[in-house]
Amino acid sequence: MKRIALAVAAAATLALGSIGTAHAQAKEQFFPILSYRVGPYGANGQSLFGGMIDYLQYVNMKGGVNGVMMTWEECETEYNNAKGVECYERLKGKAGANSAPVFPLSTGISYALIDKSAADKIPLAMVGYGRTDAVDGSVFPFAFTMVGTYQMQATAIVKYLKDQNNGSLAGKKIAYMYHDSAYGKEPIVALEAESRVNKFELVQIPVAHPGNEQGAQWLKVRQERPDYVIFWGWGVMNQTALKAAQKVGFPREKMIGSWWAGSEEDTVPAGDAAKGYMSATWNVAGKDVPLVADIEKVVYGAGKGNLSDKSKLGSILYNRGVSYGILAVEAIRKAQEKYGKGKTMSGEQIAWAMENLDLNDAKLKALGATGLLPPIKTSCEDHEGSGKIKLQQWDGTKWVVKTDWIDGNRQLVHPLFKASAAQFAKDKGITPRDCKKAM
Amino acid sequence: MLYREAGQFKASFAEDMQIFPIRQDRIAMVLLLAFAFLGVPLFASEYWFSAILIPFLIFALASLGLNILTGYCGQLSLGTAAFMAVGAYAAYNFQLRVEGIPILVSFALAGFTAAAVGVLFGLPSLRIKGFYLAVATLAAQFFIVWCLTKFPWLSNNSSSGVISTQKIRILGIAFDSPAAKYLLVLTIVTLMALAAKNLARSTTGRAWMAVRDMDVAAQVIGIPLMHTKLTAFAVSSFYCGVAGALYAFCYLGSVEPDGFSLDLSFRILFMVIIGGVGTVLGSFLGAAFILLLPILLDTTLLPTAHALGLPFSNATVSHIQTMVFGALIMFFLIVEPHGLARLWQITKEKLRLWPFPH
Repeated sequence: MKRIALAVAAAATLALGSIGTAHAQAKEQFFPILSYRVGPYGANGQSLFGGMIDYLQYVNMKGGVNGVMMTWEECETEYNNAKGVECYERLKGKAGANSAPVFPLSTGISYALIDKSAADKIPLAMVGYGRTDAVDGSVFPFAFTMVGTYQMQATAIVKYLKDQNNGSLAGKKIAYMYHDSAYGKEPIVALEAESRVNKFELVQIPVAHPGNEQGAQWLKVRQERPDYVIFWGWGVMNQTALKAAQKVGFPREKMIGSWWAGSEEDTVPAGDAAKGYMSATWNVAGKDVPLVADIEKVVYGAGKGNLSDKSKLGSILYNRGVSYGILAVEAIRKAQEKYGKGKTMSGEQIAWAMENLDLNDAKLKALGATGLLPPIKTSCEDHEGSGKIKLQQWDGTKWVVKTDWIDGNRQLVHPLFKASAAQFAKDKGITPRDCKKAM
Repeated sequence: MLYREAGQFKASFAEDMQIFPIRQDRIAMVLLLAFAFLGVPLFASEYWFSAILIPFLIFALASLGLNILTGYCGQLSLGTAAFMAVGAYAAYNFQLRVEGIPILVSFALAGFTAAAVGVLFGLPSLRIKGFYLAVATLAAQFFIVWCLTKFPWLSNNSSSGVISTQKIRILGIAFDSPAAKYLLVLTIVTLMALAAKNLARSTTGRAWMAVRDMDVAAQVIGIPLMHTKLTAFAVSSFYCGVAGALYAFCYLGSVEPDGFSLDLSFRILFMVIIGGVGTVLGSFLGAAFILLLPILLDTTLLPTAHALGLPFSNATVSHIQTMVFGALIMFFLIVEPHGLARLWQITKEKLRLWPFPH
């Protein structure tokens, strides 16, 4: 009993010690990383966070951002909202005022952090997910739905389908099969609007979390006989869907996944069933991107890589993680241009930079990231900055990009964001900023 | 030495029946409350408030709710998280749809809504019991979560099904700092714990315990089974509903139906079992154990591994944490199947005899 008491006491002292230590040192930029490498989406998390951390490591090995080194600490959230909040609070304490953007990589966690991060003045980066009306920076100054939102993605997929059908979807039937959570529901508004404009019939088929049981849903697909299935899955749900589609004989070529339903983690386990499956993406796979090849050489060459399974290098999600790293680091670089090179930036300064980011083709080329992600130009009115996707197809062994960048239906979608953000501001009693004055 | 009761005589029934008959307990409780209300706000950091203390109090309240039903009345339930969801969404909707309603009133109404739903799902308890009842309450778990996703009106037609809670203002004072939210939660939880303690000592509580111990015998001595079981369901769901409202408003700030999954119900059930079935204290101890131990392990394992030079990644630590946690639960239940509250009681008894044990 005495020994147990001693052990507990020792553990408690250690805990207090580790909570108490301040991390803020000169010339360092601290990244609070809310990662998940276990739990239902652990396989996806490993590639994503591996890519992001590898890129930060790469930047450090190249001398940092004007000499400022990137430091980071991971906290395991298991994709659980309550755990995510705990992790955020814990790492926030370590970051102090000089926090780099937080990437929660979960719609649920980012919803829970929207108010908190604004109060703490820490930029919340929801790249390709999250509360989509945060596109309106006048209401959400510290939340950034960068690169693309679900609504823009959904409309871009509709646009692609329209092009495939000689410019008209009238009389067609499209099934929307989605993960029945915030993530899957976000695009419904945009798809409903599209179905009115383009006169196609929309059938909504929800799948309960985590999505490994889809028998009833595919039965419904068989009854309804849609022309296309737009598929909004994540994690284990994706491979299950591909196998189920094979079973009911629905052609995979007519199944188009979202960018979270189009990675090697989904298609490889599905085996044969995945061949021909299409998906949206905003970043390309493969090691052809010079930056990814260089990361392999520099970081993994020095034995400092984050991935335990090196075969994931260059996968869709790994490259997406690298893109996250690029966005964060470029924001820090941009902030330094304004507030002082070689200094640690505060969360507020980085938020300014994320709002004034201009990652054009030339800059992407200089980074060696041409084609990895679309050019991005953000502003106070538009935290999205791009809204473009490509469509890719699984050929049985790898993803093949099928199209050039497709822009979503901005005229249709952005007013929806505006209205939703205005509603949020009204509910919360926020006075929106004047974007003309925000520079 | 600490627990010497010599000289403490009870001269009246009132003295004999007080909540803490021993003077040391009374002093300790006053000190504890004073520390919680005055000391903690002075010393605790924001992390402690928003990541540890507030969820601890809220989960303690929820497990108190379940403890009333399962511990005191013997009705096994797996619907706790669902009743919390009812409370969270009800409080949100009262705030949204009733102009100028005070937040505390909507918390109370949230509790009553949850109580009504709880009674509805408690009806099968009149016919079935034990594991069968647990499965019946499982229906609440699935039905309510389904209901909240199915009817967008409940989440104010939010495109994602997620609700973002309103600001907390009481008498014109904004409760938006973590410390203020902590004090609000602490006040509510303290009052409700006191009420629960008194309820358990009253006729109602004795009727619950009679039903728990042997329902046929209870019926024979004239305790109405239906009334007793349904009040247990109502009171328990009321506590869970208020806990759910606090969970949404004071802890997360935005919730989605999926957050109130079966997983959460199980966690609260574990809190009750680990803490001690049928005790108020046990609910608090159990919540602390289930909630704080993983965080403690999380913050200690990685530095320890680094200090020992072990090549642990975050994922390994997370797995080890689960294993250690599971092992500890088994250890505790083997050593003391009646939970932490019983361990504390044994300690107290030992202290009263110390240094001359029999």
